[in-house]
Amino acid sequence: MQPQVLSSEIMHHYLRPKKKFPNVWCAGCGNGIVMGALIRAIDTLKYDKDEVVVVSGIGCSSRMPVYLDFCTLHTTHGRALAFATGVKFAKPRLKVIVITGDGDCLAIGGNHFIHACRRNIDITTILIDNKIYGMTGGQFAPTTPGGAFATTAPHGNYEKQFDPVKLAIGSGASYVARGTVYHVQQLEKLIIGGLSKRGFALIDTISNCHTYYGRMNKEGDAVAMIDAIKKQAVNIKQAETMPPEKLAGKFVTGVIHEHDASEFCEEYESLMQRLAAKGR
Amino acid sequence: MSEYASAKPMLLQGNEACVAGALYAGVEFFAGYPITPSTEIAEGMAREMPRIGGRFIQMEDEIASIAAIIGASNAGLKSMTATSGPGFSLMQENIGYAYMTETPCVIVDVQRGGPSTGLPTKISQADIQQARWGTHGDYTAITLAPSTVRGCFEETVRAVNMAERYRTPVVVLTDEVLGHMREMMVIPAPGEMEVYKRHKPDVPPDWYHHFEITPSLVSAMASFGDGYRYNISGLTHDQDGFPTAQPKEIKEKLDKLRTKIMRYADEIYRIRAEMMEDAHVAVISTGTVARSALQAVKMAREKRIKVGTIQPLTIWPFPDQPIHDMLKNVKKVIVAELNMGQLVQEVARVAPRTCEVLFLGRYDGEVMAPQMILDKIREAVK
Repeated sequence: MQPQVLSSEIMHHYLRPKKKFPNVWCAGCGNGIVMGALIRAIDTLKYDKDEVVVVSGIGCSSRMPVYLDFCTLHTTHGRALAFATGVKFAKPRLKVIVITGDGDCLAIGGNHFIHACRRNIDITTILIDNKIYGMTGGQFAPTTPGGAFATTAPHGNYEKQFDPVKLAIGSGASYVARGTVYHVQQLEKLIIGGLSKRGFALIDTISNCHTYYGRMNKEGDAVAMIDAIKKQAVNIKQAETMPPEKLAGKFVTGVIHEHDASEFCEEYESLMQRLAAKGR
Repeated sequence: MSEYASAKPMLLQGNEACVAGALYAGVEFFAGYPITPSTEIAEGMAREMPRIGGRFIQMEDEIASIAAIIGASNAGLKSMTATSGPGFSLMQENIGYAYMTETPCVIVDVQRGGPSTGLPTKISQADIQQARWGTHGDYTAITLAPSTVRGCFEETVRAVNMAERYRTPVVVLTDEVLGHMREMMVIPAPGEMEVYKRHKPDVPPDWYHHFEITPSLVSAMASFGDGYRYNISGLTHDQDGFPTAQPKEIKEKLDKLRTKIMRYADEIYRIRAEMMEDAHVAVISTGTVARSALQAVKMAREKRIKVGTIQPLTIWPFPDQPIHDMLKNVKKVIVAELNMGQLVQEVARVAPRTCEVLFLGRYDGEVMAPQMILDKIREAVK
């Protein structure tokens, strides 16, 4: 079988057929690339579609679950991780994946994000990080660089930025990685890594919003922006050999942090067993 | 084993009775955030849930708490949270999500004085209209308001049953005094009170529509992991849960949210009326005030005043027709409540023209003593 045909077969197995396409995303948007990587990762892991729950909040990226043929929960702005925590804790055998954006996860949802990391609950979060609010029309986000332009930063952004990777590590997540929409095969591997890890996993995925961010900051079309992402990305193995000055203006990709720690639902399960053993 | 699985009389707080009621009704998931005067409910759940194989989680705030119970409910567990005014305000957006996604869940609001931080340790009934209109948009709410410790138990059981039966959030409104007051009660034996089990689909996955408009108007509900794959969205959606912009589908959805409750109004309503047979004057009140009202009416009867009490235990949907009918031969009705006039708006809306509506409010953080109500009754018959 030709690779193209195989790939198409996989996609059609995991996408919802009726009424869902064309999608809401702009031509050239990175969201579709992430969706493809997620589908291939799930296919590689041979998950039962009935056992996968994809939860999202509000924003461009959060529209992804509608297209995916799993159990899908499209929730309120910023709250996907809190809903997902309820789903996972209620039925720990389910594979719970959260799709979120930088505004959804880090601004309105920042509190839920750090606490989901802290609990180390077994949820894999794919944060599609395009440095802007797309759906509402190009407002600055917690990841918008200083000086960048946005509709609510018409004179340049005068705020500082979150680094979601550092935030997740500092908050206790077991698996923290960064990928990009250019490095598609790496992204797929990172998603597989996150799904395979017991505990909270973050895959911070650098993406492009040429429609708003690119236009307002003169970074060109989708191809130009993805090309720039390619040039700024440095694999962690390579980064370890580079002096800090050479890393200026770049970002590190790959598995940035991984550690083994007890998982929230497992902790609770062992608590219940302890109580039962004591007859209490 | 749960400490509430006992046939012996127990001296319980209202808040503890809510915990016991939740356990009786089969609640297996509780998410909450500490807030006075509701915290004993979270504490009780933290103690009991792991004992019975249920789940307790203390979330990072009330927004997350209501989100978690909605998530858990969609994963198949009967779910509940408890809070007070400020937390109830924070929950409103996601309560709207539960209405829209027809997710069963129960929210206990132990009322305290407001607005804002208000009076954390003092009583109020000022969340009555918030329970009806707290989240944006059109929907029909069910809210139950007990007045005794035993009532806290019963109304919590009823709330869980209704949430599951009608696929909707249900609010139990209590208050600081009721939550902390202790009374003797015997937990009903298993089977003594009905416990409703969620109606699951009996069709294969290809035939399943998560929001199907059925003759009963309440769709069967699968859970995540049951072998059914579907979309749930807070966006106005079609019968499969996919966003819609079709006027016909939008209207159908909103009509469903209303009619699936109102069609069953008669089974949802619960009203306790005392000494109304020959009453010329009636006192309408809910919650803790209903206790004082009953006492005041007994005192008035000793003075041969023909007065009775009406206590709606179901305050939303407001029992329009039953209350109207009860007031047909009543000349004056006093609506007594711990706020600046919330329930009185409903009574004024439904009272017959022949019945004058009087308001007695108190909002200084104190309980309404029977004497206050008695004075108002005497004024009314003067």
